[in-house]
Amino acid sequence: MYRYSLSRLVRHALSDRPWPRAWREAKPRSHYDVLIIGGGGHGLATAYYLAANHGMDRVAVVERAHIGAGNVGRNTTLVRSNYMMKGNTEFFEFSLKLWEGLSHELNFNVMLSQRGQIVLAHSPAQMDALARRGNIMRLNGIDAELLERAEVRRLLPYLDYSAAARFPVLGGLLQGRAGTVRHDAVAWGYARAADSLGVDIIEGCEVTGFLQDRSGVHGVETGRGRILADRVAIAVAGHSSHVAGLAGLRLPIESHLLQAFVTEPIKPFVNHVISFGAELFYISQSDKGGLVFGGHIDGFNSYTQRGQFPKVRQVAECAVALIPGMSRLKLLRHWAGIQDMTPDGGPFVCRTPIRHLYLNGGWCYQGFKATPAVGWCLAATIARDEEHPLVRCYALDRFARGAESLDEYGHGHWPYRH
Amino acid sequence: MLAIHCPLCGERPYTEFRYGGDASKRRPALGTMAPEAWHDYLFLFDNPKGPHREFWQHDQGCRQWLLVVRDTATNAVGEVILARNAGAGAGEGPGGR
Amino acid sequence: MTPGPGRVRAAGRIDRDRPLGFSLDGRALTGYQGDTLASALLAGGARVIGRSFKYHRPRGFLTAGVDDPNGLFTVGEGDRAEPNAQGTMVELTEGLSARSQNAWPSVRFDLGAVNAWFAPLLRAGFYYKTFMGPTRRSWMTYERLIRRAAGLGAARHEPDPDRYETRYAFTDVLVIGAGPAGLGAALAAARSGARVMLAEQDGLLGGTLLADPVTGDTEVWRTRMEAELRSLAGLQILRHTTAVGVYDGGTVVLVTRRDHCRPDPAAGEALQIVTTVRAKALIHATGAIERPLVFGDNDRPGIMLASAARAYLNRYAVACGRRAVVLTNNDSAYAAAFDLLPHIDSVMVADVRRDVHPSLAAQAASLGIEVQTSAVVAGVLGRAAVRGVVLGRGEGRSRLRSIACDLVCMSGGWSPLAHLSCHGGIKPRYRKDRAAFVPGGYAPGHFGAGALTGAFSLPTAVEEGWEAGHLAAAFCGFTPAAQGLQSAPQAAAPWDSDSHRIEPVWQLPGARAGKAFVDFQNDVTVRDLVIAHQEGYGSLEHLKRYTTLGMGTDQGKTSNINALGIMAGLRGIGLEDAGTTTFRPPFTAVRVGALAGRHVGRHFRPMRRSSLHDWHLAHGAQMIEAGPWLRPWYYLWAGATVERAYLEEMRLVRHAVGLSDISTLGKIDVQGPDAAEFLDRVYVNGFARLPVGKARYGVMLSDAGTIFDDGTTTRLADTRYFMTTTTAGAEEVLCWLEFLLQTAWPDLRVHVTCVTDEWAGMAIAGPRARDALERAFPGQDFSNPTLPHMGCRDLVVGRVPMRLIRLSFSGELAYELYVPAGLGPAVWEHMLLSGEPLGMRPYGLEALAALRIEKGHIAGSEVDPRLSLADLGLGRLARYEKPFVGRELAARAASGPERASLVGIECLEPGKRLRGGAILFAAGEPVRGHGRGYVTSVTWSPTLEKFIAIGLFAGGLDHLGEEIVCAFPLKGERVRARITSPVFLDPKGERLHV
Repeated sequence: MYRYSLSRLVRHALSDRPWPRAWREAKPRSHYDVLIIGGGGHGLATAYYLAANHGMDRVAVVERAHIGAGNVGRNTTLVRSNYMMKGNTEFFEFSLKLWEGLSHELNFNVMLSQRGQIVLAHSPAQMDALARRGNIMRLNGIDAELLERAEVRRLLPYLDYSAAARFPVLGGLLQGRAGTVRHDAVAWGYARAADSLGVDIIEGCEVTGFLQDRSGVHGVETGRGRILADRVAIAVAGHSSHVAGLAGLRLPIESHLLQAFVTEPIKPFVNHVISFGAELFYISQSDKGGLVFGGHIDGFNSYTQRGQFPKVRQVAECAVALIPGMSRLKLLRHWAGIQDMTPDGGPFVCRTPIRHLYLNGGWCYQGFKATPAVGWCLAATIARDEEHPLVRCYALDRFARGAESLDEYGHGHWPYRH
Repeated sequence: MLAIHCPLCGERPYTEFRYGGDASKRRPALGTMAPEAWHDYLFLFDNPKGPHREFWQHDQGCRQWLLVVRDTATNAVGEVILARNAGAGAGEGPGGR
Repeated sequence: MTPGPGRVRAAGRIDRDRPLGFSLDGRALTGYQGDTLASALLAGGARVIGRSFKYHRPRGFLTAGVDDPNGLFTVGEGDRAEPNAQGTMVELTEGLSARSQNAWPSVRFDLGAVNAWFAPLLRAGFYYKTFMGPTRRSWMTYERLIRRAAGLGAARHEPDPDRYETRYAFTDVLVIGAGPAGLGAALAAARSGARVMLAEQDGLLGGTLLADPVTGDTEVWRTRMEAELRSLAGLQILRHTTAVGVYDGGTVVLVTRRDHCRPDPAAGEALQIVTTVRAKALIHATGAIERPLVFGDNDRPGIMLASAARAYLNRYAVACGRRAVVLTNNDSAYAAAFDLLPHIDSVMVADVRRDVHPSLAAQAASLGIEVQTSAVVAGVLGRAAVRGVVLGRGEGRSRLRSIACDLVCMSGGWSPLAHLSCHGGIKPRYRKDRAAFVPGGYAPGHFGAGALTGAFSLPTAVEEGWEAGHLAAAFCGFTPAAQGLQSAPQAAAPWDSDSHRIEPVWQLPGARAGKAFVDFQNDVTVRDLVIAHQEGYGSLEHLKRYTTLGMGTDQGKTSNINALGIMAGLRGIGLEDAGTTTFRPPFTAVRVGALAGRHVGRHFRPMRRSSLHDWHLAHGAQMIEAGPWLRPWYYLWAGATVERAYLEEMRLVRHAVGLSDISTLGKIDVQGPDAAEFLDRVYVNGFARLPVGKARYGVMLSDAGTIFDDGTTTRLADTRYFMTTTTAGAEEVLCWLEFLLQTAWPDLRVHVTCVTDEWAGMAIAGPRARDALERAFPGQDFSNPTLPHMGCRDLVVGRVPMRLIRLSFSGELAYELYVPAGLGPAVWEHMLLSGEPLGMRPYGLEALAALRIEKGHIAGSEVDPRLSLADLGLGRLARYEKPFVGRELAARAASGPERASLVGIECLEPGKRLRGGAILFAAGEPVRGHGRGYVTSVTWSPTLEKFIAIGLFAGGLDHLGEEIVCAFPLKGERVRARITSPVFLDPKGERLHV
């Protein structure tokens, strides 16, 4: 790999020497050991760990558009591990630990900013629920602090503490190690590192079908021809049902829109990640200065990647309810991504009933923060043809088995409520 | 903004309605013992990119459950009928807010 | 007063009789009514008005409109200060105060400019390549510095005193843009009889015509059109109104700014109004904006768009310089040269094209304007302001010469504002003859006209508008009126013709790439694009994200197309194959507060209050949020703090009698011949054989077989039941019952009706409850045989119908009394008054919750869809021999010895307390992991004089009597406790039956 460093930056600045490509423009070969469908964060991370951890160098990532075109570049960039359901806790903490070393691992600054996330509570019952979550975190070696109203006020002086607040702030749960990551850099960093280990990243290559028989999957048909592969993994958040459907699988997934928002850039204002407790709403400030925020999904199945205006309004209402000073700031842009929503809010990282076909999907809101751990665990699952212990709870047949719930917030079995 | 033509109330913005999910599946008859029938009904979705049969309730209006065909690729709303006229046993049920 | 040095004699659209005082950075300045902040500053001779985001390069105004990337100010004072306001869009008002941003100590001398020395280091993507060491957390240190340097204006903590309004509007035809095409369209549609709304971002109608001299032909036409439009009854004209987004179903969101009216929020006047318009037909007439040319140091103050220089001159009577060089690749910029010449010292034209249309050349010659063709810019002189340009000729840059000037008017051609037409997902199309992207199509009922489509000449634009207006009216079912169109002035000059000639030049040859700016606000140069291309970030989305191009407050209005052109060149592809990035709403930035409208503060979400609410407030109730409801938490009669008060209230209920407001419970009237069968299906337990006049506790599951809701349902008659639900689940349950009745079992003859708000509910609880009833309603028989536990009676007292159900949540002798909501306060007061000798007082939610914990009743935190019947010890309630919702999957629900189920927990350590959310472990085992369970609800029990709790514990009551540890690491606590029955008090229920 052509390593990045300050001294190299200086040398390039002085000499005007061109930088090499971050990843090659690969042409599809006829056969791979592993082919990953989807050049998002998850697919690229999986390719990287297949090469880095399992020594596999005949690996391809095929992407319909350009890498990072999906949810890795559309999310609100939050990373955290404040999960309390068994399975989730361990997985997301593993992911956060990988995040903590990722810039060095990839030699690409993904700008992990561990500025801390505060989840707010507005009733005694919510305080108890946060306490349960925080206690589980601490008992699993994860940092967490329960904050009283006065402590929240000291950290977040700009929230509404007035008598006019419709949902007064009672307290909160702080995870200091949680924070934000520069989302695009994750796709690029993994792509560059995977490429340097010999992974072929093939952009502009849409999968149109699977080569399969009774012994399983043997490759894919694409817009650029047939590509054979011993093992094939699906990592196409938002379109999981469609791609799995090409192989004849029906999934416990619905596709829904999630909108995200950014304001004009301002000087440092919100120095944490904050989650409102009255409704689903979360906000942080990007390094460039824009306030980045989001709310709940639009609420009905859709693949349109454009949101409904009433939801824009509802999210703006949350913003002002939480941070009254935001009223004067201007919304610059809003966009939408397509989320795989599942009946328990949990994902699938697993083998499928079809031999040699692996699935990663159903991440609901949580796909971005899971990226490094998904890559790590899916790579291991593919390499060993057996689920990595950290993702055993994310099996496709868990509803049929009546397995222990992964439902972090008790929303019930409706995908569009998670 | 999405609008739904309620057969009783006319065209209204979708914010007056509660989403009720996939209506393409037949609800197992009351008392059906086979858990797998309930599993398929509750947990597996075609999730099409295109026309989607789905339930909406006009809960801020006539409170009728409607069967709506909407294209998930464009959000264009097609046919809307009262669910009670669609025959028994369709759909997965309301969880919308 | 004296006019500023930039002000010229031209008439303009300013009112010289109405001078306005304003200030910039505390300096007093003047302008005129009709000025923008930008024009007033330029009139005063201002040059450097801002600093760029990254290199802090001095910047002046680039444009005169909504596309300006440079002139951002904080406008207003105190809690009404708005950061990042565009000076070109701020209309001048008396006393307006503006401050510069992103510079210290001042925009003229800004220490941040040292960044420019490091420019070669700070090129595209530099931060991805460094700041990674020495430690893993080092980025946090760098980030702090970077964040401080980034951002533009500053936000403030105070709430926004301004008021914003929300409106909804419906119309046949909505015309967006009141330029020549929009005026034509509105007239045609309105004359057809359609209801028309015309939305214009500017305060005046006319669009680009407003930049024409007010003495010309076009102004005559504009005024006539405006007069005619005003006379039409069916036409609504919205000025200062920007269409910011087009959403599904032809919904358009308009934002109307009223800053210039200086609205007074105290008088209920709104600063901005957001209108959601549902139009049957929509006409896009958004026009086009000019784009810059890309050459070295093209960002020096004094270099601006030719159209801007012309607008400042003709509209605001401001000459932005005395010696101008017009630099262009197309015909339109000649207008600026011709208009400027009479007002300033000298004008020359440098045209990058080899050939100029003979008529243009002739006109220039007749005016004495030198035109140099095949021009290239070899350099720009001046730092804080342009002092001259070095021009060469042809690729070889021969015959270099310096031209002294203080104004460069540049034009790289025109870019249609296709944003809104793309919000619906239709991609724009490249039109080669215009070197511009135009809408790639329209949704049904949407039409486009004018410069947006590439019709740059006035007559054609008007013609297109006229036709679009007719088509839109026809789409709505109207027949076009016979009356013809007021024809627009004929093309007077070659630039105003359909053979508009342009030679696309995305970057001028030979310029220093590192100083040739593409995105002015974000300091993206040609060099950055080259780097992005070299490194493989050539696809448009990568380019944008890697270089931050087009991500500023202007959203790349002046930069996107040039960047596309340059990148297409680097990649060796045509623009038609390069595509564009996705246009996202809003078209211009919208205040978050305007979107929130009136849903702020107390009105953020509706608040539900029981009919007894005012009584509670008047009698010392401290209220608490319970979902959408506000409920009494505790009453001051019992103590000043909740910790003291609820104990006193509990004592009252355990030893005398208390009264509590339970109106918030969901109440559903279930009626019909099949009501019994229906309830048998929705509850796990049976209701068909419930005798009339009796109540029963019931539990509902979801289809998934887990807990959905619980409550008591009373049989009032053979075919009628009165169902209560949890407060939180009321709405869900009703919708679910309706769903089942309308879709799954339409054959059942049952109606469900929500009666939550019709009945006020009050619980009378305590050993003296019966005495209280007898005192309140003398002559009625409330004896045990007449009204036993779980019995119900309807009675009429006076003329008040009442429903009395003997139910207990507290474990004491208790009744639930329901009366018509309007009579709630009267009956409540009557109860308290007649119960006074018994010591009757009201009690609140905290006591209610604590009383039920002593009794082991489940509530809020236990009614959890992750739990099963067995988990809550309710397994024996279910009658599996009958079909009910959720039966099949309930039977399969996770179970076994490791499954956590409901237990009671008592604290074994005096002086320590149990807490909700504590994690449970067996005594002696390592305290880590997920434990064996958790505490759901806790209270101090004044009856048992210790902390008690209910919770879930693996194996449940199999561990009865065992010692456990309640861990609360968040507070560093571990408390020894013991598993008990969840029913702490009166396990046999003797108190209920007295």
